[in-house]
Amino acid sequence: MKVTLNGESVQLPEHITFVSDVLKHYNIHEKIVVVEVNGKILSRLEHENTRLADNDRIEIVHFVGGG
Amino acid sequence: MISRYSRQELFSPIGKNGQKKISSSHVLIIGAGALGSGSAEALVRAGIGRLTIVDRDYVEWSNLQRQQLYSEEDAKNRLPKAIAAKNRLHAINSSVEIEAMVADASVQELEAWASKFDLIIDATDNFETRMIINDVSQKYGVPWIYGACVGSYGISYTFIPEKTPCLACLLETVPLGGLTCDTAGIISPAVSMVVSYQISEALKILVGDLDSLRGKLVSFDLWKNQFSAVNVDSLKKEDCPSCGATRSYPFLSFENQTKTAVLCGRNTVQIRPPQTADRDLEALETILIQQGRVVQRNPFLLSFQVDPYRMVVFKDGRVLIHGTKDVSEAKSLYHRYLG
Ligand SMILES: [Zn+2]
Repeated sequence: MKVTLNGESVQLPEHITFVSDVLKHYNIHEKIVVVEVNGKILSRLEHENTRLADNDRIEIVHFVGGG
Repeated sequence: MISRYSRQELFSPIGKNGQKKISSSHVLIIGAGALGSGSAEALVRAGIGRLTIVDRDYVEWSNLQRQQLYSEEDAKNRLPKAIAAKNRLHAINSSVEIEAMVADASVQELEAWASKFDLIIDATDNFETRMIINDVSQKYGVPWIYGACVGSYGISYTFIPEKTPCLACLLETVPLGGLTCDTAGIISPAVSMVVSYQISEALKILVGDLDSLRGKLVSFDLWKNQFSAVNVDSLKKEDCPSCGATRSYPFLSFENQTKTAVLCGRNTVQIRPPQTADRDLEALETILIQQGRVVQRNPFLLSFQVDPYRMVVFKDGRVLIHGTKDVSEAKSLYHRYLG
């Protein structure tokens, strides 16, 4: 499906259904991210049961430590 | 004479009044690496009243690519970053009172200092320290501004006690390794960008224009051309151990304090004695030279080689062991050479 990820149009692979699949796909550990879908922040529990659809707007912010 | 701050005063959200507030403020910057250098220079040029900058490390050649306060001379002399920073900052603006601390910003230090600051700027490279900053901020009601970067990516958020969620609300665990300590490297524009976000927010706080704060978790990737700003207000947790109704400030308790730390991306372990010591570096130098070792010493630290490791001993008792990420290996070296 085609979604907008952090402002960029992205074609996600077939197997991706839930938000947690996207995180796995990009190798992002879910405990250190904040995910927003169509303007709504998800709790970590919601990562696994939030289904994605075409044209969804996803923001993934991951915490890093360097400085 | 036209004031050195005239251009900043012409900027109407600051004005002459704001400048007065800026010049009577006291800011703490924790870390004098890439972010700390940038933030310190910006605040000192902006004319803050007092700056305290704390860092546990010394200047190395690999820092010069992005840590704007330091020169080749500083790297040659292995000058502690806090000291090198102070020297440069004083040359930039001699009217700012600058306090440099060659120390590890740990619980004892931060608790002792916190209440005298108007603002804390995070320029550390690890979440262990950030969690302590977060608890101290909540306990003493001092705002702090998170900033971090790796590669071409950067992130920042402004934490206002009793208003915004805190770092413990946003993060369930302390992130370890991975994104900070890998070999992703860092480019200087990512540093400057994070510094710009942090200092813009800092100026708003210092002049009291809280309505203009961004209020969003901002992140960007300058290479991938991505940007995101997310409102995280809904993540504030009622039962948060750091900012909730029945808070316990878990990161200030003794059990959560670590005496050893693996330094980010540097193949180095730091060992820190329970109490601050005043190590006799001259005596240590004598002993090591007797062992036939090549020793380098300045008033702040001493460094020597134990192949394949290099050990750096600071006057306050801390020891950096380069060449290992293994804490127990580091401890054993520590005890073998330093008692
Ligand atoms: Zn909290």
